[in-house]
Amino acid sequence: MDILIQNLLNALQWGSFYALIALGYTLVYGVLLLINFAHGDIFMVGAYIAFFVATALLGFLDFAPWMVLALTVPLTMILTAGVGVTLERIAYRPLRRKGAHRLYVVITALMCGLILENGNLALLGASRKKFPELLDKVIYTFGNVSVTNLKIIVIFAAIAVFLLLQFIVTKTKIGMAMRGISYDKFAIPLMGIPIDNVIVFTFVLGSGMAGLAGLLFAMSYPILEPYMGALIGWKAFIAAVVGGIGDIRGAFIGGFLLGFIEVGVVALFPSTFRDLFAFSILLVILWIKPTGLFGVAKTTKI
Amino acid sequence: MQKYSFNIGIWAMAAIVVTLSQFGALDLYIQSVIMFIGINIILSSSLNVVNGYMGEFSCGHAGFMCIGAYVSSVLSVMFFAQDKIFGAPILPPELAPLGFPIIIIIAGLVSAVAGLIVAVPSFKTRGDYLAIITIAANYMVISAIENMDIIGGPRGFMGMKRVLNAMEDVVDIPWMMIWVILGTFASIWMIRRFVSSTYGKGIMSICQDEVAAEIMSVNTNKMKMAAFMLSSGLAGVAGALFAHVLGYVNPQSFNIMKSTECLVMVYLGGMGSLGGSILSAIFFTVMLELLRFIIPAIDTGLHFLNLLPDSYHLSQVWKWVLIPLTLILLMQFRPEGIMGNKELPDLFPRLKKFYKFK
Repeated sequence: MDILIQNLLNALQWGSFYALIALGYTLVYGVLLLINFAHGDIFMVGAYIAFFVATALLGFLDFAPWMVLALTVPLTMILTAGVGVTLERIAYRPLRRKGAHRLYVVITALMCGLILENGNLALLGASRKKFPELLDKVIYTFGNVSVTNLKIIVIFAAIAVFLLLQFIVTKTKIGMAMRGISYDKFAIPLMGIPIDNVIVFTFVLGSGMAGLAGLLFAMSYPILEPYMGALIGWKAFIAAVVGGIGDIRGAFIGGFLLGFIEVGVVALFPSTFRDLFAFSILLVILWIKPTGLFGVAKTTKI
Repeated sequence: MQKYSFNIGIWAMAAIVVTLSQFGALDLYIQSVIMFIGINIILSSSLNVVNGYMGEFSCGHAGFMCIGAYVSSVLSVMFFAQDKIFGAPILPPELAPLGFPIIIIIAGLVSAVAGLIVAVPSFKTRGDYLAIITIAANYMVISAIENMDIIGGPRGFMGMKRVLNAMEDVVDIPWMMIWVILGTFASIWMIRRFVSSTYGKGIMSICQDEVAAEIMSVNTNKMKMAAFMLSSGLAGVAGALFAHVLGYVNPQSFNIMKSTECLVMVYLGGMGSLGGSILSAIFFTVMLELLRFIIPAIDTGLHFLNLLPDSYHLSQVWKWVLIPLTLILLMQFRPEGIMGNKELPDLFPRLKKFYKFK
């Protein structure tokens, strides 16, 4: 029983990372119908930005660790959002202006991700970075179950972000504009809605979430390397698809589902089977429901 | 006679390359580059069947390559070489030159069957969801092979060099070069035939509009299955050749990076252009090899001009920044690739005299 609860908590933490990244994927897809394949690498960039910001604050300003943490969170999110928006401006917007085929945009995104990964490797070298300790570890034990304060923070951050996004998309004006763009891209500018601003805002939201995820990930697993975003990015994307891409609830639930599957597999089988089982189960889900759990089947009018 | 001059020229070129490698006029490095060009031609043209002609987005091509590589390696080591795991060779090693093409064909067939993993879901799913399924298939293959400890798991598998030595004991000619050239020609011929057949027309109609194709009595499921299986089967052949050229396979050498290389080649050449795939594969491979020498040269130049700090050196990783950058620029300024969806004779009509294009 204790082992079950312990694994459940681990799965919640692991799923939180997936959910945070999957939310970013889903937001961009929901508005632009574009798979932003660079998103996993934006997460990686977020972790690195967090590393540099935190070491700079610790080294130059000599703050207390909790102060550093309080400053690092918004700074990381803002800077990472800047990276995401830059990508959108340099790579995606010209293509959108030309009205290029969707596929070309997807390939561009894939290549941007590769540039971020390998550019990082080429500039900073292959040595792994050790993330500084920002939070004094507090371990709460209930019987045989132990929870660190970081784990609780991660889980609550994921839930808070989900609620915030849900609120923005369903209750505010800009959320309405987002939904409108995904519904009909051509009629929306005629209604006087600044389509580019809305898209930039979407990228700000998604990349900011990725930056937060990167920071939390670096705090939980404090070794950084340039390829850390690749596999997690792909998996989070698959989680978003399983949930039904373009749907915020779907991304959230898909991320946690993937976390549960992976932790469950590691608990029952040798850990090398993790990827195999995760991907197989996801394939089966997609076989049964081709548009994901919450996805709506698209009908083509003839 | 004039119609066939192109084919005769190609065979003559192949013969010249083989003789030169036989008499040591080409050093081993150039030989291996030529072999990799052949393998990359197979990869890019086979991916073009799905991504170019059929218009689906498959980005897990390296997974099928991995299956082909492993199946062929295990079979050839099992049958023709003394090995720690599989013991004595099952057949006498003198039969290796005869058995090797059969093994490659078997590897292709096994990969084609594995292509069903992607082909069956593609009946219902389309576009982005299919992209996911192909990526997942790629990861699944790699992770399945990493979990098979009997063939080395994550440490990789070797012993194919012994099979090559067995072949060279029979007749001392550059066997691998011959097999790669034959495999390349055979696969191009197959794809050419496939695309210009009724199936090919059906696949192009799926690319244009799937619903309309279905209404016009194209059996889309059958077409998709044929295209995916042909594509993955040829990828398996490429993987088999790759494994025997290197003499060592490792599951991680068939990861998403390798799939990305295939994608780069297809979109560089142009979607739905076989000539474009071939040209871009040649260009891409040669470019990769040239960058090996160009990057250190640039590095010394910049250090000479004192533009870089002494502690920092340009590494070969920059290659992988430059290649995606080329593709991004290509997508911005010429999204249809080098050739678009035209073939060489469409661009240079005079070639039609020398080239039977059917």
